[in-house]
Amino acid sequence: MGNNVGKTVFVAFALCLVCSVLVSTTAVSLKDKQAQNAALDMKKNVLSAAGLLNKDTDVNEVFSKFSTVLVNLETGEIVEDMDSATYDQKEAQKKPDLSIAIPADADLAGLSRRAKFGKVFVYKDEQDQPQIYIFHITSKGLWSTMYGFMALGSDLNTVKGFGYYAQGETPGLGGEVDNPKWKGQWIGKSVYNEEEVVALKLSKAEAPKEGAVAEYRVDGLSGATITANGISSSIKYWFSNHGYGKFIDMVQAGEVTI
Amino acid sequence: MLEHYTNLIIKAVFIENLALAYFLGMCTYLAVSKKVATSLGLGVAVVVVQTITIPVNNLLYNYFLKEGALAWAGYPGTDLSFLGLISYIGVIAAMVQILEMTLDKFFPALYNTLGIFLPLITVNCAILGGSLFMVERDYSFGESVAYGIGSGVGWAFAIALLAGIREKMDYSDVPAGLRGLGITFVTSGLLAICFMSFGGIQL
Amino acid sequence: MKIKELVFDPILKNNPIALQILGVCSALAVTVQLKNVIVMCAAVTLVIALANMSVSIIRNHIPGSIRIIVQMTIIASLVIIAEQFLKAFLFDQWKTMAVYVGLIITNCIVMGRTEAFALKNTPIASFFDGIGNGLGYSFILIFVGFFRELFGSGKVFGYTVFELTKDGGWYQANGLALLPPSAFFLIGLIIWILRTKDPSQVEPQA
Repeated sequence: MGNNVGKTVFVAFALCLVCSVLVSTTAVSLKDKQAQNAALDMKKNVLSAAGLLNKDTDVNEVFSKFSTVLVNLETGEIVEDMDSATYDQKEAQKKPDLSIAIPADADLAGLSRRAKFGKVFVYKDEQDQPQIYIFHITSKGLWSTMYGFMALGSDLNTVKGFGYYAQGETPGLGGEVDNPKWKGQWIGKSVYNEEEVVALKLSKAEAPKEGAVAEYRVDGLSGATITANGISSSIKYWFSNHGYGKFIDMVQAGEVTI
Repeated sequence: MLEHYTNLIIKAVFIENLALAYFLGMCTYLAVSKKVATSLGLGVAVVVVQTITIPVNNLLYNYFLKEGALAWAGYPGTDLSFLGLISYIGVIAAMVQILEMTLDKFFPALYNTLGIFLPLITVNCAILGGSLFMVERDYSFGESVAYGIGSGVGWAFAIALLAGIREKMDYSDVPAGLRGLGITFVTSGLLAICFMSFGGIQL
Repeated sequence: MKIKELVFDPILKNNPIALQILGVCSALAVTVQLKNVIVMCAAVTLVIALANMSVSIIRNHIPGSIRIIVQMTIIASLVIIAEQFLKAFLFDQWKTMAVYVGLIITNCIVMGRTEAFALKNTPIASFFDGIGNGLGYSFILIFVGFFRELFGSGKVFGYTVFELTKDGGWYQANGLALLPPSAFFLIGLIIWILRTKDPSQVEPQA
């Protein structure tokens, strides 16, 4: 093995050159495919929350029936001067210019920051009438921040589907949020009660099948109290006036049309 | 503000312990935990390297690699994040080498105690893992210093703990096939379950 | 050494995880589902084999003073390439393994083999040594992954074997098997089995 300085520098330089060429070529040539994968993955997450994803669904085709709008959560108005297709709410939450600190007294779900703008996916039928609204939500679990979607029907109250697309909770306990059976329970529940207050939440144990509150309760997650509380409090947060509440009021009052 | 950093350190030591909650740096953890004294030496080396490399990698990420990070040099659109891994490991390898030379020259006593453990640290995945978690959680510079200290101390704590148990275990009658490595695996499993109980703590 | 020995010895006789204590971290983290295990094993085996070969080709030209960093650079480049390919073609698997793919760089099997074998042997022998050690690693991971998936979620490769009680079947899922510590117990068990069959591996009483 040679140890003189000239050779050392030469070997180091040649090695760096070869490696960087190899790495850059792969990275650049595969970039498009990766971006496609990431985009397709996001679309799948949206469809699966709305219950529109089956084994042989053509994801791009079904997704083309969705339109996306950006909502200014402060006022409930629709943001026109930004490109809603490329806006990533999960990333925006981390950027100082696109997010705000949630004041401590309003921070029901312990999220500490949220994006300024919410991305809402709207599924329209042939008559161009909105049928499903899909809202991006984040919840604080035991180990991780969970990212998911809540799909509401045209009355903006009946749940059409609910699910997280990214979570890192304890497998078998909090991780049961991914269980299809549990997710299935959400369908048909109502978010708001008659006083227009968010009432939907997880029960301590099994949810009552009948009675006044049955419409607003989903089974708790046994052995995962912190995850369950995180989910309940985040629904309360995101559908109150701090979250999508103002937007929902305005749509229902006909002040905003999509 | 101080409270925020203290919380971060405590979280990194107990709740998000690199060795026992994320299972990083396991090879050295299992191989070098026969004696408390040696594992403490290795632990100190990890703390030192972790405290230096995580903030350095933080600067590297924020000013060179992140999307738009090169704006100060006139390239606002470049995204070099795919070079992350190779840069971090380069920083780690270089830091370890520099640290080795500095210690040799100015603190020979400490250098002799750490001895062979320093080069070993380059391939300790707890170090690289620490840098990757720092990027993933988007820590600021100050936070990355705190996280570096905390995660290093947490790892050192875990290996010292295991070494203590193994020293006692020398006097136990372990079945022949399980002796040594086998029982160490089982012990680490139990330790990891113990550390899971820190999980619910809210800071 | 013969190629056959190079490939098959590391599986049972000189297993990298069970005897050399190399590459343990990922064995714990990615073994919840067999599907991920297979992807991880393929990636690691390829990286070891190619890194071993590349280091061996230039072994007579590597200056001693920058030996470690040269090996790290080669390994890191290979891992990044592997990661880019996974991201492009096996996106779902990549998502669940994320950080751990990058951590192949510090998987000590790779560094351990380039340092201990590739620096002293021919490229072809090094390549097969890499394949062999990759297989030895895969053997442990598949064993652990099989039992964790079977006991933890009643499935093998995602196909239901035991019907779970929560889906109306008879098997109550074992939550412990889903948690990483269970991998420690399983690896401990494999070591015990291996050493009972081959007593020469037993460690002497302290």
